[in-house]
Amino acid sequence: MDFMHKENLIQAGVHYLQGSQACAEGALTAGCSVYAGYPITPATEVMEHAAWRFPQVGARLIQMEDEIASASVLLGASLAGAKAVTATSSPGFSLMQEVISYAIMAEIPFVIVDVQRPGPGQGYITASQEDVMQARWGHHGEGSAIALAPSSVQEMFDFTIEAFNLAETWRTPVLLMTEETVAHMRERFTVPPRESLRILERKKPQDLGIAPQDYLPWGHDTVSPLAAWGEGYAFNCVGLVHLEDGNVTKYGTEMHHHCIKRIKDKIDGHVEDIARLETFFLDDCEHLVICYGSVFRTAIEAVREAREAAGLKIGLVRMVTLWPFAEKKLRQCIGKTGTVFVPEMNMGMMLHPITEALRDCCDRIIPIPELGKLHTPELILSTLYKELQ
Amino acid sequence: MKKKNERYEIRIAGFGGQGVVTIGRILGIAFSVHEGVNSVNTQSYGPESRGGACRSEVVVSSGVIHYPYVREADLFVALSQLALDQYGASLQPDGTLLVDADSVETFPEGFRGDLFMIPTMAIAGEVGNIKFQNSVALGALYWIIQDKISEESIKKALAESVPRATLEGNYAAFEQGKLFLQKNTANKE
Repeated sequence: MDFMHKENLIQAGVHYLQGSQACAEGALTAGCSVYAGYPITPATEVMEHAAWRFPQVGARLIQMEDEIASASVLLGASLAGAKAVTATSSPGFSLMQEVISYAIMAEIPFVIVDVQRPGPGQGYITASQEDVMQARWGHHGEGSAIALAPSSVQEMFDFTIEAFNLAETWRTPVLLMTEETVAHMRERFTVPPRESLRILERKKPQDLGIAPQDYLPWGHDTVSPLAAWGEGYAFNCVGLVHLEDGNVTKYGTEMHHHCIKRIKDKIDGHVEDIARLETFFLDDCEHLVICYGSVFRTAIEAVREAREAAGLKIGLVRMVTLWPFAEKKLRQCIGKTGTVFVPEMNMGMMLHPITEALRDCCDRIIPIPELGKLHTPELILSTLYKELQ
Repeated sequence: MKKKNERYEIRIAGFGGQGVVTIGRILGIAFSVHEGVNSVNTQSYGPESRGGACRSEVVVSSGVIHYPYVREADLFVALSQLALDQYGASLQPDGTLLVDADSVETFPEGFRGDLFMIPTMAIAGEVGNIKFQNSVALGALYWIIQDKISEESIKKALAESVPRATLEGNYAAFEQGKLFLQKNTANKE
């Protein structure tokens, strides 16, 4: 997308912003030209900043009547060829599941930012990681999700761009699962020069030399090119089980399997390309902490301290991508280990896929839950010392 | 618990509306944008940030800052008794405490560090507007941490963070806060 006022995009160099603001800037930098949203604490600052900045660049922002409508705008905007984003918090994320499900089926790319808050119900308004399972399983039906977990203001900018790249590459909604901690924190971050940024654009049928009469919206290759409305490629966009051309009237078990398997396989068959982990102190470690999102910031501080002050041989794995779950990479980097600690701002959610992945790789797995606020280093340290000394 | 030497933790607390969040933001910009060192600025969130005790934090380091919040404050600025009572426990026993002289009467148990007292509200009133209270406190705070940051960096950040029409008043308040501490303190060279 070429903005009318490209010169107003955030300048390369050092900035000092809130994570929410960096996220909105990242969206614009990725070429996102549509924001549709409904404000909710603690995600409001994303929209507040976007409401100020999107028009300056020549992008559009609309406040809708609720979260379902907001997410639905993303469907239309994306099908018209635009990159589109919304930000919400957990109760709003629940409402958006219907649209996410449709977008997975119809393969419509966009980005949803979830600044998670505690639940269930209205819960509270502080930090939480209680939607990490909803990100994967919240939508009805089959199909996989892609979800990223940033841990700094820099990553709120970088991962928003990456989220759009993943959405466009895999033609699917991508979820940026963040927390109040990082969304409201102010921190120094660097915007790289424009020419060094990796920004991917959508594949369109005309780019691949596919004529309108030959276009199969769900039929060319693993990820089909997506035509934009108004460019001569008419197609039946559906959320029903469909054939490669969008036909829904010739239903059969075989075509049903084919339709769903393709949508599922395009993500699950490319976990190695999509999912990322970061590892620390694995060379000599006898035990392990596995974490994600802002908890990584506490966990690395605690692990360092336990190594330096108490000589505990503890390693750290940080999941950059929550979904698809990097089971193979996790097993490969760990090999065999003793005790695995899983600090999360919930009562133990990613604990489940981690337990499944490490079923024969470790002696035991111990959750370190926290609710409503980021773990203190002391909370993680006291658990490590209690269990290992 | 032993902290890494390069990490310096500042906690500012007061009533919602006294400008403690703004002080934190100005310090963060001053350190990170103008002084070129890492800093993370966080603030209290939720009902307490609207009235009641409100806090803002700045963690500064020449290295990478992982845990973003204060673990043991090196410097605590309290603009109200309630704020000191509520958040004062985070102050290191031998840390530095800067308080509003007209609001704070009792101090954390076991505190044995440097104590600085300044009538921020009164000085702001003399400068012309009690809304400048936080800039008075910022001037005093600068005087305490002058070995860590230049006055120029803080003043630049101040100029970027307040409405242009109030800049002159904020600068004057900053100056008076700094001078008050300079004049009335014997235990800092």
